[in-house]
Order: sequence, then C-alpha cells, then structure tokens
Amino acid sequence: MIAIQNYLVISALLFSIGLAVAVTKRNAILILMGIELMLNAVNLNMVAFSQYDPNRLQGQMFALFIMVIAAAEVTVALAIILKIYDYFKNLDLDEINSLKK
Amino acid sequence: MIQFAFFVFAAITVGGAFYLFFTKNVLYAAFSLLLTLLGIAGLFVFAGADFLAVSQIMIYVGGILILLIFGIMLTNNKNFQRTNLQPNKIEVEHHNRFWAVLVAVLVFLGFLKIIFNANFHIIGKQIHNGSSIQKIGINLMTDYIFAFEVIGIFLLAALIGAVYIAKKDKV
Repeated sequence: MIAIQNYLVISALLFSIGLAVAVTKRNAILILMGIELMLNAVNLNMVAFSQYDPNRLQGQMFALFIMVIAAAEVTVALAIILKIYDYFKNLDLDEINSLKK
Repeated sequence: MIQFAFFVFAAITVGGAFYLFFTKNVLYAAFSLLLTLLGIAGLFVFAGADFLAVSQIMIYVGGILILLIFGIMLTNNKNFQRTNLQPNKIEVEHHNRFWAVLVAVLVFLGFLKIIFNANFHIIGKQIHNGSSIQKIGINLMTDYIFAFEVIGIFLLAALIGAVYIAKKDKV
C-alpha cells in the first residue's frame, strides 16, 4: 500500500504552492485558484488519514463538507469579483486601492 | 504497479500546481488547475475514497472550475481584445515574488519536518473493504444529519446571495 507520508508530502507541497500563488498573483481570479489549491491540499490530508478509519470515515465526511463550503465560497467570491470589475473596469488588486487615498 | 500509478498521479497533481504558479496566462492557469484537480481525484481513489473522487470531479472540475473560467471570460478587457493580435492571451503580472517563494519554501520545509518527525502508530493498518458509498450514505443520514441539513441551507443561501450580488443594477 501507499505510505501515508507520500500523501502528506504531496499535500504539503500543494499547500505551499497554493500559498505562493495566492500571494504573488495580481489577478483576483488567480488568487481564488490559489485558495482552491490550499483547500484541496487539506482535503487530501483528510482523505489520506481517513483510510485508517474505515468504519466511520470521519475524514471523508469532513472532506465532503469542505468541498461544499469551497463551492459556496467560490460563487460568492466570483459575484463580488464581477461587481468589482463593473466598478473599476479592472481586476488588478494593486490598482483597486481607492480606500487608501 | 500501484506505486507507479500513484506517483504518476502525484506528478500530474504537483506539475499542474507548479505550472499554475509559473505561468502568466490566466487561461493556461485555469487549465493547469484542471490537471491538478483531476490528479487529486486520482489520489483519492488510491486512498480508498471512490465516492469523494467522483464528487471531486463533479464539484471541482464540473462546477468550480467552470465558474472560474466564466469569471475569466466575463472580466476581460474589451479594448485589449479588439486591438491585440492574440485576443485570448490574457496575462497577469506577479509581485513580491521573492518573498512569497521564500515564505512558501519555509512553510513547506516546516511541514516536512513535522511530517517526518511525527510517529504515526497507525501506519500499515489501513483496510479498504469495498466501496465507501454505503458508509457515507449511512453516516450522512445518522451522525451528520444536522451538519448535512445546515450545509444544504448554507449552500442555498450562498447561491441566492451570489445571484443577488452579481445582479446588474443602476448604481
């Protein structure tokens, strides 16, 4: 079988890349993609540990709920992003700074 | 053989994520996210979570990724598209790249230290006996019934809110 460390290392790598994507990109949609990557990393951890709990499957249940939360989050975030685009005609987060002026 | 297939899916997942980080083109980033999500669905199968693998494909690839691509299409710059020779080449700049990569690498090294120092007593005891669908169904209707109902209402509220926010109105 696959050792659990494999899952954990892949998941850690995905989380770190997601963090880097969410911090470096300037487009709001790409930041959402980075957040999705981080959520998926957490899901992978949950599922990997869940295989040691085959009767109750608590990790898989948590992963299922996390997926639904991610879907809700992405819909609301995209609605807000569309509104921001309507108002500023731009999605570059460095230029949406009218609160600073 | 199973090891080999596992590492193929792991390489797809991590490669997609790296491409998402390095590319400048927004649409290519969306497609590399598709690759990553499919690879994660494959890894779920190796962990004995068949139902979650299918849900991953249906929710993430069929729902969230399509929403993200719609977001990209609805927020493009019309002047840029009209004047540019390659209208689909929507590019994005990076900023703070050095510090972000430094922080990400440090976080990754911290995770690695934790993972390899942890002493899991459960190693080597995993059992997959058949499909997990029936257990998930029973769990959803017994132990997690309250969370299940609440999350249904939550999703409905979030979708209604999203439709209301995105509605075109005269400001």
